[in-house]
Amino acid sequence: MLIKIAKPSDLHESDVTPESIYLSRRRFMGGMAGLGAGLALSGHVRANEDYSDVPAGDAPTWLREKISDTQWRAITPSNPEKDKIAPFDDASGYNNFFEFGTDKRDPSRHAGSLETQPWSVVVDGEVNNGGRFSLEDFAKPSQFEERIYRLRCVEAWSMVIPWLGIPLAEVIRRADPTSKAKYVRFETLVDPEQMPGQRSSFSIIDWPYVEGLRLDEAMNPLTLLAMGMYGRELPNQNGAPLRLVVPWKYGFKSIKSIVRISLVEEQPVNSWQQIAANEYGFYANVNPQVDHPRWSQATERRLPNSLFNSNTIDTLMFNGYGDEVAELYAGMDLRKHY
Amino acid sequence: MATPRVWLLWRIGVFLAALAPLVFWGWQVAINAAGPEPGNYLLLNIGIGGLWMLLLTLSLTPLTKLTRWKGFALIRRQLGLWTLAYATLHMLSYALFILGLNWALLASELVKRPYIIVGMIALIGLAVLGATSNKWSMRRLGKRWKPLHKFSYVILGLVLLHFFWVVRADMQEWAMYAAIAALVMATRLPPVARTLPKLRHRLSRA
Repeated sequence: MLIKIAKPSDLHESDVTPESIYLSRRRFMGGMAGLGAGLALSGHVRANEDYSDVPAGDAPTWLREKISDTQWRAITPSNPEKDKIAPFDDASGYNNFFEFGTDKRDPSRHAGSLETQPWSVVVDGEVNNGGRFSLEDFAKPSQFEERIYRLRCVEAWSMVIPWLGIPLAEVIRRADPTSKAKYVRFETLVDPEQMPGQRSSFSIIDWPYVEGLRLDEAMNPLTLLAMGMYGRELPNQNGAPLRLVVPWKYGFKSIKSIVRISLVEEQPVNSWQQIAANEYGFYANVNPQVDHPRWSQATERRLPNSLFNSNTIDTLMFNGYGDEVAELYAGMDLRKHY
Repeated sequence: MATPRVWLLWRIGVFLAALAPLVFWGWQVAINAAGPEPGNYLLLNIGIGGLWMLLLTLSLTPLTKLTRWKGFALIRRQLGLWTLAYATLHMLSYALFILGLNWALLASELVKRPYIIVGMIALIGLAVLGATSNKWSMRRLGKRWKPLHKFSYVILGLVLLHFFWVVRADMQEWAMYAAIAALVMATRLPPVARTLPKLRHRLSRA
């Protein structure tokens, strides 16, 4: 049985976990004891029964242990009827991951070749506490949280996906950025032997795939480094073993299979901006008022849909996460900084 | 020698072969094997299918020159009409499954998006060619029929441009179709066109 945590009005994680507790693992652990049985219980409820039809993965023991210790349903949609979780087969069988091909079914067909164990992540740049970490050590200090987010693709379709992961803010805080750090730059693995898309001589992308966030965007509590979804580890095609999830930005910002996280002084040039700066900006915030030059962004097709019900819904500013993130862009012209 | 009955069977066979992909995609949708966005699945497959139809139609004349087999010429109009049918279904899929029959949105997309404009021009062109593909029109148009139907070359160019503007990350698939199109068009260059019948003689002697 799933015990519901106090229902947030609009995805306020602070409604679920007091923010001060949320922000610090140590204080969180201390807070757990004081918060009483309700929250403590809910934090340990396995959400597995919700995922009984999801195929079991092949996670290493440490990852399985992290997942079983997840704070389930840490953030949930305010309207679960409208934002229904997409079936696992759709979320894992229909997505973009150009390292594995251009068709949306290519990633699930070809990503089996990706070796995700062992995996290491480099944290470098303007930090006092960088280095190369095994994924296990990288994840160890933080508790996993389950967060059910809307994912809005720049191609005008969307899905609701339950991620498992750790707040990026905790990782950055541990890295101890210097005063020069203004942006975070992310890099995907380059390995043409494992990633057939990188072998294509017709590819427009200059590998590695690069993404970036402003430091305050990266520190926003909504920004997640995911290592799992649907109560299990990430399938390779969804960016295993480590990917970013930034729910108020178009999906391409949520870089997959990350090998490097750098704190930098200059604004990084993300891959899509490099390819077509007139179509894709650095910010890429979901914005129904600013069209992609080739199609409208005013609406989206919520997937799965059916032949005669395209399930078209209005796209919300910041993908509906405005309360949490709008202040990051106060005073900015979002038509210019698309 | 082939009898009229055999030619009829040939044409029916081609008809069924051209229909088969549509039946297959429809069946995939019906059994839920087309993914979470079946409308988009149909849209993309039918679009590529239409490009194949156009390339096949335009291959028939050089193939006839190369082989002198009567069968190719016999299916030229049919494949041309199949191209029109695929293109129409492609556009209808877009209007129906992607835009959800929102005519206002269709109208605004038609003015704003270059790739939609180019696609629509190609579709209108195909419709004109389809409407003038009957014997009555051929008689009426006389000498002008041939130059009019050479507009199919322009349509091929427009279709490739339409496709080019949709590509996002990798040009490989597009480049493959562009190469086939270049080959098909190259057979129409006078020096190449003159060589084709000679090639046939050489092949038949070998």
